[in-house]
Amino acid sequence: MLSIKNLHASIEGTPILRGINLEIKAGEVHAIMGPNGSGKSTLASVLAGREEYEVTEGEVVFQGKELLELSPEDRAREGVFLAFQYPIEIPGVSTTNFLRTALNQVREYRGLEPLDAVKFLSLMKEKMALVEIDQKLLSRSLNEGFSGGEKKRNEIFQMAMLEPVLSILDETDSGLDIDALRIVSNGVNKLKSEKTATIVVTHYQRLLEYIVPDFVHVLYKGRIVKSGTKELALELEEKGYDWIKEEVDSTATV
Amino acid sequence: MSTLTQQEFVLGFFEAAPATYSNLRQLGKESFYAQGLPALKAEEYKFTPIAKKLEMSLTDLSPTKSIQINAERVKSALFAGFKGTVLVFSNGAYLPEHSTSTEGISVRLLSENESTPLGSIAKADKDPFVALNQATFSDGLHISLEKNKELDSPILLLQFHQAQGGQVISPRIWIEAGDFSKATFIDYPISLDDAPYFVNKVVEIKGGINANLTYHSLQQEHNQVIAVSNLVTDIQKDSQFTSTQITLSGDMVRNNLTLNLLGSNSVGNMYGIYLLNGKTHVDNHTNVDHTIPHAESNELYKGILTDQSRGVFNGKIFVRQIAQKTNAFQQNNNILLSEDAIINTKPQLEIWADDVKCSHGCTVGQLDEEAQFYLQARGIDKTTAKGLLLYAFAGEVLDKIEVDSLRNHIVAQIQERLGSKF
Ligand SMILES: Nc1ncnc2c1ncn2[C@@H]1O[C@H](COP(=O)(O)OP(=O)(O)OP(=O)(O)O)[C@@H](O)[C@H]1O
Ligand SMILES: [Mg+2]
Repeated sequence: MLSIKNLHASIEGTPILRGINLEIKAGEVHAIMGPNGSGKSTLASVLAGREEYEVTEGEVVFQGKELLELSPEDRAREGVFLAFQYPIEIPGVSTTNFLRTALNQVREYRGLEPLDAVKFLSLMKEKMALVEIDQKLLSRSLNEGFSGGEKKRNEIFQMAMLEPVLSILDETDSGLDIDALRIVSNGVNKLKSEKTATIVVTHYQRLLEYIVPDFVHVLYKGRIVKSGTKELALELEEKGYDWIKEEVDSTATV
Repeated sequence: MSTLTQQEFVLGFFEAAPATYSNLRQLGKESFYAQGLPALKAEEYKFTPIAKKLEMSLTDLSPTKSIQINAERVKSALFAGFKGTVLVFSNGAYLPEHSTSTEGISVRLLSENESTPLGSIAKADKDPFVALNQATFSDGLHISLEKNKELDSPILLLQFHQAQGGQVISPRIWIEAGDFSKATFIDYPISLDDAPYFVNKVVEIKGGINANLTYHSLQQEHNQVIAVSNLVTDIQKDSQFTSTQITLSGDMVRNNLTLNLLGSNSVGNMYGIYLLNGKTHVDNHTNVDHTIPHAESNELYKGILTDQSRGVFNGKIFVRQIAQKTNAFQQNNNILLSEDAIINTKPQLEIWADDVKCSHGCTVGQLDEEAQFYLQARGIDKTTAKGLLLYAFAGEVLDKIEVDSLRNHIVAQIQERLGSKF
């Protein structure tokens, strides 16, 4: 489904991603871990199409299409969804009021009829139940005065509405208490299918008990320096990253 | 035109001025000559070189003649779903045959008897354009609202403009609202073709005690129009006055708004949006005068500018020494969408009382790119995402417009503009 080859990206001339290779198949869950500043969010942003990042080398193929050539909105319409690590506030725009526009543009792209107000509302009700989010929250200005947990829940709610093929969850678990974590992961799990794939960026093994990964990758200094199965996450939780850093830094420095 | 001297240039204004209110007109003329057209860099018109603009754009400063309007034209100018009283004007002259009447409102031509105390609220010596209008106004209308009368639908001042004969239109309106009355006015000028003209309007509003008056102005005349308006109101005790000024187009537009808070427990609200493109130049000068204790003023103006448009905001809050316990709030926020758009924004606070709550702020920024990316990442195209954000930015002011048909009309105009241009 997604094939990333030798991806290099920089911001304002500083290289951040320095040769990422990653293959993801339908039905899989990949966890990406790694120390702060290693480039996890940068990878997520590059996949979603943020313009500040300049891709200097490499290619990304998503369902047979050159992802990097698509606009951010077309990527979303093709089925890429990014749950932001730091969802921003947008005064004056409520989730309800932009999401209908979004959903109908996505549907149009996919050759589906637009949803009228009634159908949209009933779909909303269904998905709201999934992440246990309150309608009142959705009619307020996006993320303005939302708690950390509410922001993250809103991201997953939007994901549920847009039914993506590839979901990238950037630290959706950070700052959640255990109840919220369970609700959010439950939502994510219900949305998973044979046809979809998920990338979870996280610092904590805790999330991976709920959303069980098929593969775990460690990102360090803009490269995937280690890949394994879910046991790798346990090992990282126990030992931290120093051993990996040492391994990498000793071989890399020439 | 520029070959004429300043003196010769302004003479055109006074050609064929009506003979009514001769004393008042004479005083207006003297006051105008004493002030002159604002010189380049004159403090009050520092960023708005209007004399030069007039000189360069107009060839004939004599007054326009009244134009023929048919019922069809009036009908098609109304906002979809509009319900209310319609008062129709043609180049400043009132057209009773196209207007409707409502119980509790009476209207008469200013010329009918010369008893309207014109100039007592909008004072000629405060602004050269008030003086000029006082000297040259075509006939206008005296509107009175009965005591205790609460109108449940608005009064639309539908003003058709077209250069004919000359290029100067000088509308004058006097509104008197009785104690405990309530009304909403919509000031809506319409250009009938795209020939240039200069419209110099003065509206005076005398509010009663415990009155609740709203005055919405929608400026969307075409892009050759030079428009100056002076709206001045006296606000009495326990009253509320609200103005919204929506400016969408024009060549050079100057809106002077003056609120005199004359009675305690009165509230003055000033709201505005300017959404500018091309080379449109819009200058909003507001002035609220707190003359008594325990009054409140609220001000919120929002600007969106693109292309080479230019905006000026100057908000003066004057709190006299006696005006203790004043609450005065002012905010002006701007988004610049192009490198060539310019905004000059200035709060001007003169506070002589010491027990006052006063806050003001102005911002100038670009469209939030992160917010735009967020919406795009949800599948919304770039243009729509921008439109959504700008619309949300303006929304705070649009929400103040309680007349649905007017708000819908403005929303449609804004959406069209944001969809096609931004
Ligand atoms: N807009 C930017 N301008 C300059 N540097 C940036 C920018 N965005 C990211 N960086 C830098 O790129 C590097 C990678 O950042 P990134 O956010 O991808 O890390 P991360 O792995 O997601 O970290 P965390 O675990 O803290 O979320 C960091 O050194 C960061 O400072
Ligand atoms: Mg990150």
